[in-house]
Amino acid sequence: MAAGVAAWLPFARAAAIGWMPVANLPMPVAPTEKNKRQDELIVLNVSGRRYQTWRNTLDRYPDTLLGSSEKEFFYNEDTKEYFFDRDPDVFRSVLNFYRTGKLHYPRYECISSYDEELAFFGIVPEIIGDCCYEEYKDRKRENAERLMDDQEDNKDAKLPNMTFRETMWRAFENPHTSTMALVFYYVTGFFIAVSVITNVVETVPCGSVPNMKEVPCGERYTVAFFCMDTACVMIFTVEYLMRLFAAPNRYRFMRSVMSIIDVVAILPYYIGLVMTDNEDVSGAFVTLRVFRVFRIFKFSRHSQGLRILGYTLKSCASELGFLLFSLTMAIIIFATVMFYAEKGSSSSKFTSIPASFWYTIVTMTTLGYGDMVPKTIAGKIFGSICSLSGVLVIALPVPVIVSNFSRIYHQNQRADKRRAQKKARLARIRISKTGSSSALLHSKRNGLFNEALELTGSNEDEKHLSKSTSLIESQHHHLLHCLEKTTNHEFVDEQYYQQSYLEAGLQNYPSRSPSLSSQDGVTGTCCSRRSKKHHHTPLPNSSAPAHMQPLKHSHSHPQGLQELSTIHIQPLSTSRSSLNMRIEEPAPLNCQSSQITTAIITIPTPPVTTPEGEAHHPTTPSLQNVVKVSAL
Amino acid sequence: MLTMNLEGLEMIAVLVVVVVFVKVLEQFGLLETDYDDSVEDELELSAVRHRPEGLEQLEAQTRFSRKELQILYRGFKNECPSGVVNEDTFKDIYAQFFPQGDASTYAHFLFNAFDTDHNGSVSFEDFVMGLSILLRGTVQEKLIWAFNLYDINKDGYITKEEMLDIMKAIYDMMGKCTYPVLKEETPRQHVEVFFQKMDKNKDGVVTIDEFIDCCQNDENIMRSMHLFENVL
Repeated sequence: MAAGVAAWLPFARAAAIGWMPVANLPMPVAPTEKNKRQDELIVLNVSGRRYQTWRNTLDRYPDTLLGSSEKEFFYNEDTKEYFFDRDPDVFRSVLNFYRTGKLHYPRYECISSYDEELAFFGIVPEIIGDCCYEEYKDRKRENAERLMDDQEDNKDAKLPNMTFRETMWRAFENPHTSTMALVFYYVTGFFIAVSVITNVVETVPCGSVPNMKEVPCGERYTVAFFCMDTACVMIFTVEYLMRLFAAPNRYRFMRSVMSIIDVVAILPYYIGLVMTDNEDVSGAFVTLRVFRVFRIFKFSRHSQGLRILGYTLKSCASELGFLLFSLTMAIIIFATVMFYAEKGSSSSKFTSIPASFWYTIVTMTTLGYGDMVPKTIAGKIFGSICSLSGVLVIALPVPVIVSNFSRIYHQNQRADKRRAQKKARLARIRISKTGSSSALLHSKRNGLFNEALELTGSNEDEKHLSKSTSLIESQHHHLLHCLEKTTNHEFVDEQYYQQSYLEAGLQNYPSRSPSLSSQDGVTGTCCSRRSKKHHHTPLPNSSAPAHMQPLKHSHSHPQGLQELSTIHIQPLSTSRSSLNMRIEEPAPLNCQSSQITTAIITIPTPPVTTPEGEAHHPTTPSLQNVVKVSAL
Repeated sequence: MLTMNLEGLEMIAVLVVVVVFVKVLEQFGLLETDYDDSVEDELELSAVRHRPEGLEQLEAQTRFSRKELQILYRGFKNECPSGVVNEDTFKDIYAQFFPQGDASTYAHFLFNAFDTDHNGSVSFEDFVMGLSILLRGTVQEKLIWAFNLYDINKDGYITKEEMLDIMKAIYDMMGKCTYPVLKEETPRQHVEVFFQKMDKNKDGVVTIDEFIDCCQNDENIMRSMHLFENVL
């Protein structure tokens, strides 16, 4: 429970008086403060700096060092203060956590020293407030990455038992792992460069046969270039096949960008081999040759920078698209305007709107080739407006893209972080909710065991059971218990609720007076269902349906009201007696808590007042007194 | 002399130039055009601050000792630094005690019971007066307080509808996962039981005298009234 809210517990309990006139059952006894002492100031001396706070403030979180009795280890008798030999600055945050219920992470603190202090004082870092949680997680992640980087540098030893395939893949991905891989890496890089240069040089006009025009080198030394091309393509093919063989997931590898680039780079050669020197397809063949330039992208395996650029463009795709769209809009607008402005002038180059596109683009990008110029005054005015706006339109997006890139990148990360945080926060809230409700049920069980053990006089066990609940918790549980009594319903676990809901659906509502058969029938289903689920043999389950029935009929039986009140008062003795029956196992019961945790003991309701019920009594004398054990 | 043939498009061009010029002048503040003065409306009232009366006065008006008032105020101020609780904060605080159900309706009724001057906020004085009655008052006073809680429209009578609202609010706090399963008519049945017990002359409403009489004759209720006396 939050720290501040604990201070309002007295108010909530006082307000419970509003339920009293409505309740039909007597209320449970309130927990008393065993050692009620006045709230006192305690002094915490942290490396010489003295902090003072109320004892109650520290008691809010009993599972931390300062809230539990663990701090007694640090008590200094002579100076009557608690001395901690720790960092006093970080202790400020720790103490503020007790005061406000929120843990903050100061930015100037080193993350590892902060973590150490939290670990010392027994505080889980997950409860850092939302205001500082992001910063904390960021720093923690950075630190972890740094540690991991350090580790990776030492991790060059070859792992044993790697298959040949895995070795090859690893060699391909990390060239510096072995000399062979390094050699391969450089060789492929060299051949990529050679191939690209060849493609370029192919088109350079080199020397001319005297009576013919200049021919490009490619046509002059056809054989040589062909041999060079073949060699490069063979190397690329071999490399691609080797990668394909070594890939752990071939299908995924084939879909990856790099492999597509590889394929596109070598395909034109093979297509060229296959195709004959046909006039129709030679045009297409020439186009295919263009794709050879994609070999340059193979460099991106060798260069980290290219990869980052590619990722940048991909992640900025929407911004780039928007830029393109707005540019297109501006181009169309200005082209239209210029066209109509220049329509009047003679011998105008602005023959159509698409023709004006060229002028607009050239002007807006401040190129200004000068092949198309407006001649009319209107054209000149709009032309100048076009070039002025062009400066803005073109110059603006560049830093916008750059900042967009960093913004989008961080935003994506932050959105994921926020989603994870939200999930984590909801999970935390759910855990604390179920924690408090399960704590209630846990303590109910403990409370009743306490009663039983009180009778048997085993005080040690009682203390052992009650040490876990603090006073505030027991008061809170008492409050919830009062609510249960007021409404005559109990809090149960989700699982049990589903179960009982199903059972309630299966039961037919019996007639006004419970008959033998219906009770038996109901007993049968409940008993059989429950006996499958529990370890405890549910002797008392047969009284369970009887428990449910009087409530249903309370409005119809005038004596139902009395029944309800008798329900509680009477069996208090019988429940004890029933528990006494199991005295042989109190100690083992405590130990084998796994069995107990499935049980919650509720008060039985023997149908003493219904006449038909009397018929049962001779047959089930012990059953009616025994407590009902139901599942959690 | 220049002969300028102002044709259609050229006129538009000139217009555009003029407009741009005007806008630039506006930017420099040389031309004043009308703009809405909403700046002053942005001034919000700063957060309401409330300081309670002195400790001596509260000591005289309530049945708490000085130390108890100090403890109460510290807790109160921690949760509401501004010194007053409005209904939403109230609901939040109260809901934290009942994680399984929905405590907002009951918190609303409770808020109205504490807010005796009906100004929409509970100050520390209201809070402490209410607590004084609940924790240190006589049984009569507590019963009167409970009656006021149930009497939603404060007309001196508890009708079945009012009681049904209160009952539903209480059952809402239990939430869904209860044993036995909560049914639709459970609050109504409970209200019937209550009215049977309290409404002596069967006129369909419960007056304060009927209420107090009946409660004083019921030993369960009497006993439970003393339950929370050692809370502070």
